Amino acid sequence: MTALEVNGLCKAFGGLHVTRNVDLVVAPGERRLIIGPNGAGKTTLFNLITGELAPDSGSILLFGQDITGVPSRRRPHMGVARTYQIITLFSRDTIVRNAVLALLGLSELRWNPLLDLDGRHELIEQARAALARVGLEHIAERPLSQTSYGERRRVEIAMALAQNPKVLLLDEPFAGLSIDERRDVRELLAAIPRDVTIIMIEHNMDVALDLAERITLLHFGEVVVEGTRAEVVADPRTREVYLGE
Amino acid sequence: MTPKALRYAAIAAALLLLITLPRWVANPYYINIASQILFWAIFALALNVLVGYGGLVSLGHAGLFAVAGYALALMLAAGYGHLAANVVAVIVALAMSAVFAVLALRATGIGFLMITLALGQILWGIAYRWASLTNGDNGINIRTRPSPFGISLAGADAFYYATLLTFLLAVVSMILFVRSPFGASVRGTRDQPRRMNALGYNVWLIRFLAFLLSGFWSGVAGLLFVYYNQFISPQIAALQTSAEVLLMVISGGTATLLGPIAGAAIVVIMKNVVSAYIERWNLVLGVIFVAIIVFMPEGLVPGSVRLARRGWNAVRARLNPRPLGERP
Repeated sequence: MTALEVNGLCKAFGGLHVTRNVDLVVAPGERRLIIGPNGAGKTTLFNLITGELAPDSGSILLFGQDITGVPSRRRPHMGVARTYQIITLFSRDTIVRNAVLALLGLSELRWNPLLDLDGRHELIEQARAALARVGLEHIAERPLSQTSYGERRRVEIAMALAQNPKVLLLDEPFAGLSIDERRDVRELLAAIPRDVTIIMIEHNMDVALDLAERITLLHFGEVVVEGTRAEVVADPRTREVYLGE
Repeated sequence: MTPKALRYAAIAAALLLLITLPRWVANPYYINIASQILFWAIFALALNVLVGYGGLVSLGHAGLFAVAGYALALMLAAGYGHLAANVVAVIVALAMSAVFAVLALRATGIGFLMITLALGQILWGIAYRWASLTNGDNGINIRTRPSPFGISLAGADAFYYATLLTFLLAVVSMILFVRSPFGASVRGTRDQPRRMNALGYNVWLIRFLAFLLSGFWSGVAGLLFVYYNQFISPQIAALQTSAEVLLMVISGGTATLLGPIAGAAIVVIMKNVVSAYIERWNLVLGVIFVAIIVFMPEGLVPGSVRLARRGWNAVRARLNPRPLGERP
């Protein structure tokens, strides 16, 4: 059984083929790193996996189940969670309310027009627990507009973790972080238990490489190299793509 | 007093004032103006569900307001009782809201605004041109107001109390909505629709249900409007009504409870009271709106809170000057 399987996935915007016949097989519990230069189609691949974009052809299987035609809003209910490269949070709300919204998305409670949301203590406790995992519990009540960029990156991760996903897609979780913040995020990602499969897009090789077991290199929408960390790093094509030899 | 106690005291005082108003004000003219403020406030609160919390600006709500009114007037003219006419009118308003929502929710932003505007204009056109049904420009008269539980609403005071009761129900439903998980879902679709979808929310359905809630109270406000005037004509379905109620919401403060109520009060008072003294009352209303936009772009109620807080801080700073170098 594979956690995620992508077969022959294609996506074109007009004449621009951003995803070309991509195959991807990720085992349960695996840490997969996806690398590639700008415009290689990494984020598009994530958008196809989460269903925000519909593929032109190909299929996506989640734990053996074909989810290609499943609406994107159903996929979190099936165990897929993601973070965004460009921070996408509820800036008028507090940090804890952001995490509560992540939990509420998977709860039938989200349709309830009569209960008081602030009175759902078990939900708020769960949200605080998710924030504790990323080290933000102490500022849970702070409005998001008063937080730093690094804190917001961690709120992104906390919201994904709060949904208790089986497959976690991280889109550049280290982007724009200071060296200290990078170390903190690296530690918190390393602490995620193995029942969560992680697929991560990242440019920061120094922090990302030692988190990853297998690496997929994308270039112009195609998988160029795939293998273990050592294999991909040693492969001459990796050097060619990145250094343009 | 703590802020919370202060708030409860203010609510109690406002309630007491509203309930005892007919005792203070003997002139039925002013009681009628109070009734008008209350049902326009219901309409503004209804629109605020979409504009303030849903981030969807509608310019077609006069259509929903009027369709309920016309359904009521036509049912009564056909000889049905008040209860049946009211129930059918609310159902018609809800059904029309569903049609509006299905068509308009294909877009957001300016697209949503244009579709609702077009739909509202279609309803206005039907009211104006389908004379065999709506009696065209001559409108429809309603002979009697209802007498629920044997209490006749024919007098100004009785009608005021019926309107007040409906208004309070609308306010309570808004309070429940705002603090509920569903209210949080609606606000989420306003702020980050893409993220909401990725978190597992059905953004379309949430907006659709918010539209129905908005349409329901718009229809109820339309019923009160028709009973108040005992008359309905196509004028009320026109774009000007939609724009007016939108101005109430925006000038008072979107996504607040008191804002639409304050906005309704300003517009109704300008129309009825100030117009008696100043012929060009529209100009005065325009100046007020411009002043609100310039000095309180967030709306009258949140703007006043901000200015009052700043004023209070300035007074406090003058009373207790801090030594140099000390930061607050």
